[in-house]
Amino acid sequence: MSADLVVHGAEWTVKELFVYPNEFIYWSIQIVMYPYMTGLVAGAFVLSSLYHVFGQKDLKEIAQFSLVFSLALLPVAAVPLLLHLQQPLRAMEPLLTPHFTSAIAAFGIVFSTYALIVLSEIWFVYRGYFVAQVHALRDQPGIGNSLRRSVYRGLTLGAYDVSDEALATDHKAAKILAAVGIPVACFLHGYAGFIFGSVKANALWMSPLMPVIFIMSAVVSGIALCMLTYIVIMEWQAFRNRRRGGAMQASEIRGAEADVVSKSARYLLGFLVAAISLEILDLIFRGYTAMKSWDILRSVMYGKDFMNIFVLQYTLGNLVPFILLILPGRTIKRTVLALLLVLFGVFMMRWNVVIGGQAFSLSFSGYMHYHIPIIPHSVETFKEGVFGALFVITLPFILFWGINKFVPSLGRDAGTG
Amino acid sequence: MSCSRREFLKNTMAGAVAAAMPACSVILLAPGEAKAMTDGSKLRWAFLVDTEKCVGCGLCVDACKTENEIPYDAPVSRTWVERYVITKDGETHIDSPKAGRDGFTTGEIRGEEIDPEDIDKAFFVPKLCNQCDNPPCVQVCPVGATYQTDDGVVLVDRKWCIGCGYCVMACPYGVRFFHPIHKTAEKCNFCYHRITDGKQAACVQACPFEARKMGNLRDPEDPVTKVISNERVQVLKDEYGTKPHVFYLGLDEKVR
Repeated sequence: MSADLVVHGAEWTVKELFVYPNEFIYWSIQIVMYPYMTGLVAGAFVLSSLYHVFGQKDLKEIAQFSLVFSLALLPVAAVPLLLHLQQPLRAMEPLLTPHFTSAIAAFGIVFSTYALIVLSEIWFVYRGYFVAQVHALRDQPGIGNSLRRSVYRGLTLGAYDVSDEALATDHKAAKILAAVGIPVACFLHGYAGFIFGSVKANALWMSPLMPVIFIMSAVVSGIALCMLTYIVIMEWQAFRNRRRGGAMQASEIRGAEADVVSKSARYLLGFLVAAISLEILDLIFRGYTAMKSWDILRSVMYGKDFMNIFVLQYTLGNLVPFILLILPGRTIKRTVLALLLVLFGVFMMRWNVVIGGQAFSLSFSGYMHYHIPIIPHSVETFKEGVFGALFVITLPFILFWGINKFVPSLGRDAGTG
Repeated sequence: MSCSRREFLKNTMAGAVAAAMPACSVILLAPGEAKAMTDGSKLRWAFLVDTEKCVGCGLCVDACKTENEIPYDAPVSRTWVERYVITKDGETHIDSPKAGRDGFTTGEIRGEEIDPEDIDKAFFVPKLCNQCDNPPCVQVCPVGATYQTDDGVVLVDRKWCIGCGYCVMACPYGVRFFHPIHKTAEKCNFCYHRITDGKQAACVQACPFEARKMGNLRDPEDPVTKVISNERVQVLKDEYGTKPHVFYLGLDEKVR
């Protein structure tokens, strides 16, 4: 195929039986990544709000971390969309000429609102810390320290009042923002579900349950990722401290962890049960009503995608971690394994919705198989291939590393909120 | 001039009502609505496909690809022809190799030879954009790059399309794709550049058997309108509520 004949989708779509000529898997791995990353953002924020709004004191440490981590995840939620667009240079158009009958049109608005809430909440939580840093770095020598101080001065936005009264106001503001943030986070993600659920042409996607299922699984994945990252970082710090014989006692860190982890795990299980119940309800309803599309849906779900849906998603991604978390005598290692499986399960759910929804032809007379490009040989096969997905997955950790340099969210330095 | 408070209030009220009166009589119209209320309502394009007449020669697909500059060998097309072969065992065999561009010259369907003795019935069905009255593709476009004209045709603005593919997903008929060169959403537009210039659409002109015709639904004297209003016509997938405007004569229930 010559260069000018590259038809979007033809590269990774294999057709079986009768499929309309123009049908290909147009929404590929990046559209799987989009709801996955948005879900992580929303979930991370909800976890942090459990402490800030509902005063779950034992979640303080992970809440602080989740808040900052959700900031690192936030820009990454938009990256898959950008990588997926055929005309990425026109990405700002939905903000310039939004066509509001489209579910995607409001993305920029919802996304920016949410970004403002996260940014301002972090500012209120950390303002006291920023001011303290400006003072602490005043007489420190070296160009690095003076640069850091300038950054912190910028971050205070000129608000240097750290009286008890002012800090109490900060605290109150953070609490209000966290409260407002919960519905907005749910909206951001439920709305991603709406983008799929409202496509009446797609028999698998069209369901009013879709937004709710998306929210539940979002919270599950967000909590799981925050717990996982938290455990890994804390264990790493403990390990380094043990080796150095550092000031912080390793046992002290461990003690804090067990509490936080078991409490978060309880919330995780709750949302996991809600998510699975809704998904099963959706499945039963489709089978029971057996509309015109059911024949082909059944052949996809119980036939071609059986492995992906029932083995990888429901069994390995939901049932196994559920048992691992609920059995008594849970250890950190077992929790980590369960969390990894939960994250995998939610990823498979996104995959089965996005790719599964395109696994059958609109003619209901044929199938399409998705062969994800592994070794890229063009920009498109990079963007919409394994490496594009890995790029998106790594990005939040790199961003978090950078943000955490200025807004430490772990250990003793964490903000005052 | 003296003025009591009661009088002042009375006059103010009267003045406000007088000022509001002309404002009430003004209705705000979107540009499209305004146009439709003046001259747009005289024209509504519709397409008529007589499946009994189609022989599957593929000249329509060929003409469309050339006219609308869709790369000739790319596996996408604004219009295509499907072949249906229903065998005695009740099986439906469907294919559309190269969108039917080169015609159907063998009895082979996707590598499977079908014995003519086993065939109950067989026919061809040309497909194209249905220019729906309630187009889901227009509804979901996040930037308004795809829109409906007053005469009912749905167009795509290649300069404004961001290439998100939501319209491609939203179309129940699978008529949309990405143009291999322009990298924007693409579909049949009834050859809008030709029909607004008084010419026939390329596929209509190329069809040697008059299986494809176009007309104005608002003109009761139009021959196509007469067929649509007087004969038994069918549309594709009306369960989606899209109100398609490509009408079929002799459509079989097996057609997807």
